[in-house]
Amino acid sequence: MTQSVVIQVGQCGNQIGCCFWDLALREHAAVNQKAIYDEAISSFFRNVDTRVVGDGGSISRGKICSLKARAVLIDMEEGVVNEILQGPLRDVFDSKQLITDISGSGNNWAVGHKVFGSLYQEQILEKLRKSAEHCDCLQCFFIIHSMGGGTGSGLGTFLLKVLEDEFPEVYRFVTSVYPSGEDDVITSPYNSMLAMKELNEHADCVLPIDNQSLFDIISKIDLMVNSGKLGTTIKPKSLVTSSVGAFKKRQEKPFDAMNNIVANLLLNLTSSARFEGSLNMDLNEISMNLVPFPQLHYLVSSLTPLYTLADVNIPSRRLDQMFSDAFSKDHQLIRADPKHSLYLACALMVRGNVQISDLRRNIERLKPSLRFVSWNQEGWKTSLCSVPPVGHSHSLLALANNTCVKPTFIELRERFTRLYRKRAHLHHYLQIEGMEESCFTEAMSSLSALIQEYNQLDATKSMPAEELPRLSVAV
Amino acid sequence: MEPKVINQTLSKAAHSGRWKYGQHSCFCQKQGSGNNWAYGYSVHGPRHEDSIMNLIQKEVEKCDSLNGFFIIMSMAGGTGSGLGAFVTQNLQDQYSSPLKMNQIIWPYGTGEVIVQNYNSILTLSHLYRSSDALLVHENDAVHKICAKLMNIKQISFRDINQVLAHQLGSVFQPTYSGEGSFHYRRNPLGDLMENLVPHPEFKMLGVRNIPQMSENSLAYSTFTWAGLLKHLRQMLISNAKMEEGIDWQVRPPLSRLPTLGKMSLNKEFHFNTSIANLVILRGKDVHSAELGAFKDPALYTSWLEPVHAFSVWKTQRAFSKYEKSAALVSNSQFLVKPLDMIVGKAWNMFASKAYIHQYTKFGIEEEDFLDSFTLLEQVIASYCNLGF
Repeated sequence: MTQSVVIQVGQCGNQIGCCFWDLALREHAAVNQKAIYDEAISSFFRNVDTRVVGDGGSISRGKICSLKARAVLIDMEEGVVNEILQGPLRDVFDSKQLITDISGSGNNWAVGHKVFGSLYQEQILEKLRKSAEHCDCLQCFFIIHSMGGGTGSGLGTFLLKVLEDEFPEVYRFVTSVYPSGEDDVITSPYNSMLAMKELNEHADCVLPIDNQSLFDIISKIDLMVNSGKLGTTIKPKSLVTSSVGAFKKRQEKPFDAMNNIVANLLLNLTSSARFEGSLNMDLNEISMNLVPFPQLHYLVSSLTPLYTLADVNIPSRRLDQMFSDAFSKDHQLIRADPKHSLYLACALMVRGNVQISDLRRNIERLKPSLRFVSWNQEGWKTSLCSVPPVGHSHSLLALANNTCVKPTFIELRERFTRLYRKRAHLHHYLQIEGMEESCFTEAMSSLSALIQEYNQLDATKSMPAEELPRLSVAV
Repeated sequence: MEPKVINQTLSKAAHSGRWKYGQHSCFCQKQGSGNNWAYGYSVHGPRHEDSIMNLIQKEVEKCDSLNGFFIIMSMAGGTGSGLGAFVTQNLQDQYSSPLKMNQIIWPYGTGEVIVQNYNSILTLSHLYRSSDALLVHENDAVHKICAKLMNIKQISFRDINQVLAHQLGSVFQPTYSGEGSFHYRRNPLGDLMENLVPHPEFKMLGVRNIPQMSENSLAYSTFTWAGLLKHLRQMLISNAKMEEGIDWQVRPPLSRLPTLGKMSLNKEFHFNTSIANLVILRGKDVHSAELGAFKDPALYTSWLEPVHAFSVWKTQRAFSKYEKSAALVSNSQFLVKPLDMIVGKAWNMFASKAYIHQYTKFGIEEEDFLDSFTLLEQVIASYCNLGF
């Protein structure tokens, strides 16, 4: 069994991270009734005897004493991290896992990346090495951050290079929150563009998310909850946005619902690696199957169901509905329409009491309406995990490598160009040591090259598949 | 290379109360091969070579007389396929006389794993060089058997594996060593290979069973050897995967005139030419079974006499819940079409170079892919030309 370490950077990253740990504990509490520290829990938590001072406290088997998250929390201002440490989750984190500063990055990628990067490089390395040492077999780093700010964006992406150099064999999965159109940070296009270059070059897999989509999903749920349709009541724990039963009993903060969705994404992503099932899928298989070319590693995710109705009988029609929903644009965590773009590959990670025949039936049913690239007509990767998420009898996470991410990148480039043309706010960046105009132009060309690759693939959509003649052999 | 499935397997076996795996007979690591053939073959293989070969040696030492190795693996993933190929190669180097048969699981046509076609062609080409015979089970076929014959509504992998296990049992359960003999066959693996693999170019074996049905249907059925064998023979010559939907139009060709050009794979009344066949009969009155129809020379390719090409094993003892049952292991054109499909899809993907970087990262170069393609195209061509 492998372990993963979560690195949460910046305000957004830490808030999402906090929700993630909360829900992870809830999930394991629900599954692990006997409070035995087992392989599943060990993938994200250490079992520590807190009576032992120093590092010797790790226990590998037996009853759970005190669980510590395998996490590193980084923020250049103290507000969010302090709140976490004073909240109900304070015992889950080790004070030695934190890196904080006071002044913040001022929404400036250059400050996060260049200034704090060099300032904290040693410390960061040390914390990472410590976390890695605590792991039997470290498979993956999960980095959570936002693209639009300074710390998450700048320092978060600085980390990627460090991880690549220091732990080349460990996968780097990045959950990035992209700024939406009405973002209030003026310099977010600069920050995002500069961060994109790093993601292109140093991440194994990126799961882009945007706030607008999360918000739309919440609105949809609210509509359902408040519509008061006769005879339908939603099980509160099943809401993909809820923290019911979790440890944070305090009043939910505004972003909590949205962060819970992302937290659920990460839980579902790792479920097959943690729990047993009839068709397991480890994290290294995600990268292998969904990344046909090194640059094209952006995966659009969708989660279903968003809620479960209280009636217990799930006829197979509902099960099929779950599959259909996964492909609708209302369920994507980023504004994208995969159904009308080109699929390079698609992964379906199913949890709960679903059998291989249900899976195959739905693939057959949905295939005709989806367009797959000519050389990957059956580009499906599937997994079945027998443990469903809390509050549901089954769930589905769809990860698609699809050209529908292109519009997000094109829009990002446009917003960047608008600002850059006027050279607005540029001096804040250029005055940082190590920053030059070439950083910006290089980032632009990196993104343009990526968009171009997607364009080329899209162009093949309308062309008939050209088949290379097979090798002919003498008989 | 990861512990979950082995743990499950060990505990399930122990649960039965009737048998279990040896305590130290397993080897696993923490992190799988990530569906990457190259990782299984080039990283896990060499890294764990000594441990794995030592474990095998221990088992070998417990045997009085080792006939051979039966390696069970799939082609679509990373460990079964890549590490499986590596281990088979090692067995060939280290143990020269025991035979090796690999039982391989042919993946579903519509993906379980996106890179399954790459993994499959790399596996097949390597096994072709180091194994003596490949016994193939196709997931699609077994799935259909579950759906149509066994009437299972929600098919799980457990159901599929039960059918597979039944097929294997129907082949390898003991049979008498000869007509009228009272001794059991001592070396079924060796006998099977001797009968079915006369030439190293032709190693692909398929299995067919009859009857195959759910408990409920069984209560209403009676069987005669004549009926069973008639169906089995037609399954053979029309390349039917199971008892239902057999095409009775297909007949053996009347003469062996060579037709112009290469035999088309989509020919409508495609007749399945065999190199060699083995029929295994289990059940009551087995001595009365009439097998002449299987000895018809028209079924076979011209370079083997039917007396060498056809063999039969018998036992009075019924197998599983069937009063009479028959199994067919066939070295014939059964697998040409699936093989052609996999090679075609892999080639198509290879042309666009998709996913290749995942393999070159671990030392499997484009050259290796090309070698595999060449070998398999050769195999396809050889099998296709059997009809002439």
